[in-house]
Amino acid sequence: MTTTDPITAITAPDPGTAPISVRREALYFAVRNGKLLVGVTIVTIFLLIGIIGPFLVDRPPMEYVGLPMLPPSTEYWLGTTTFGQDVLAQFVYGVRSTFEVGLLAGGLSALIGMVIGFVAGYRGGLVDEVLNMITNVVLVIPTLAVLLIINAYLGIRSVGMQALFIGLTSWPWVARAIRAQTFSLRSRDFVDLARLSGVGTSRIILREIAPNMSSYLFMTFILLFGSSILIASSLDFIGLGPTDGVSLGLMLNHSNQWSALHLGLWWWFIPPGAAITAIVGALYVANVGLDEVFNPKLREL
Amino acid sequence: MLKLQEVSKVFRVGAFGGKTMTAVDEVSFEVARGEVVSLIGESGSGKSTIGKMVLRLMSAQAGTITFDGDDITKLDKRAYYRKVQGVFQDPFSSYNPIFKADRVFSMIKEVYFPKEDDRVWRDKVASALNDVRLDAGAVTNKFPHQLSGGQLQRLLIARALLLDIDFLVADEITSMLDASTRIDVLNLLADLKLRGLGVLFITHDLALGNYISERTVVLHQGRIVEYGPTEKVFETPEHAYTRKLLASVPQLHRKWEGV
Ligand SMILES: Nc1ncnc2c1ncn2[C@@H]1O[C@H](COP(=O)(O)OP(=O)(O)OP(=O)(O)O)[C@@H](O)[C@H]1O
Ligand SMILES: [Mg+2]
Repeated sequence: MTTTDPITAITAPDPGTAPISVRREALYFAVRNGKLLVGVTIVTIFLLIGIIGPFLVDRPPMEYVGLPMLPPSTEYWLGTTTFGQDVLAQFVYGVRSTFEVGLLAGGLSALIGMVIGFVAGYRGGLVDEVLNMITNVVLVIPTLAVLLIINAYLGIRSVGMQALFIGLTSWPWVARAIRAQTFSLRSRDFVDLARLSGVGTSRIILREIAPNMSSYLFMTFILLFGSSILIASSLDFIGLGPTDGVSLGLMLNHSNQWSALHLGLWWWFIPPGAAITAIVGALYVANVGLDEVFNPKLREL
Repeated sequence: MLKLQEVSKVFRVGAFGGKTMTAVDEVSFEVARGEVVSLIGESGSGKSTIGKMVLRLMSAQAGTITFDGDDITKLDKRAYYRKVQGVFQDPFSSYNPIFKADRVFSMIKEVYFPKEDDRVWRDKVASALNDVRLDAGAVTNKFPHQLSGGQLQRLLIARALLLDIDFLVADEITSMLDASTRIDVLNLLADLKLRGLGVLFITHDLALGNYISERTVVLHQGRIVEYGPTEKVFETPEHAYTRKLLASVPQLHRKWEGV
């Protein structure tokens, strides 16, 4: 040891260390990634519509508020439906519930998939085999058929219930991917070293393994968010949506039911259709952008 | 202090785990307090596997490992790791790449000394670093990739010293060190040995084994082929494999002559 006092030497911070610069680098590429920017901007716009919209539109979405089948005007920006409902009101509430369903269902399936994937991959052996079996069973369940049955007996009443159903059925591929990654990480010596330090299993998973795939986990959530929105809209459209409430998918379903296309009521079905496409598309584009940010090999030079 | 009795480890290999591979085959030996036993063998002979079983990172299929007379699988893990520690072969994979290297110290503090005062702890870390001839300023607050293999390896030794260990599994801990630091580390082990530390010194370097250990275990394809006092193993090897091993050591006074 030289004349340096070891204590101050230890506490002295060292600027310009790596993961900070790695993070900075990620941020640097993030703000310069066109795909990510476009995706995030579009999603943010819709998110704002969903959050603020309902406060600005004072007409209730499902009630008779004006003459039926009015085309867009300064009074009714997106016109009215066959029943004289305000399409704009339906639209902003629909965007809101679309985000709700995406967050709830995406969050739930990410949670289940991660827990099962981490535990199966980390524990291995019998635990892995059992969890793998459950995963495979859920994977091959004919989701639509089950949903038809549930709908017949219980009815899907709320957005929450729909999200629950989507969340409970769309986690298997997440579990599989995370299991595979965990499996390869757990054989690294640093996991053994944490065990040698007396760190428990759940902490090892949360603090040693998960941080190593944080970008992957984040991207997984984005994808689940997008796919949940798409599934919810499809279910709504084929009439398996929540019976009370309003959503973009339900707007499409109603407009279809009341022959909006034949009657030329384009303002009834184009906004929700375009919004779903834009949100889901933007999420996928953002995801591709994120992939490029996190994975230097994909960056365009 | 540490005793292995007919310990075996079988790995399942192949696509569906259909085939098996015996990595460690009925191995028995003993390490006494204050003794260094070197475990020598070629690559793939099962040395690290034995080390991992002793450290309870893998379970043995058959046989028992006892520590001070107790079956190690029956002991509380935290208490066991307070007394028995290990340093792994590959220093680069021993660190979580996304965190700073000295996190290996704070993990020990979190689990074993949560109440200890930060200043006291820092002193302790600094003295452990000093023991392994590391300059605290040069290695703290750095990410693993910013340190050399030798520095990482010595950090791991310092980490083990933070716990008042009785036994150390040292899996090729000098593989990344230059000759002079290697001697420093070996002398540190010799010091600790005098204080009663038992060491399982895994190496494939015969000279190192000879330098430090009282007894030597020679492993070949998972089986012990030679086991005894180091001088005896080196001077009058009984097994053909040991003789071959000894003959293949390059000699300092002889130069390579092309065939
Ligand atoms: N987790 C595992 N699964 C399957 N086989 C394994 C596993 N770990 C080790 N093996 C096999 O067991 C044998 C012994 O491995 P081990 O790591 O103990 O060798 P070693 O003596 O430490 O070699 P080296 O000197 O190269 O470190 C090798 O053939 C290896 O392929
Ligand atoms: Mg080894």
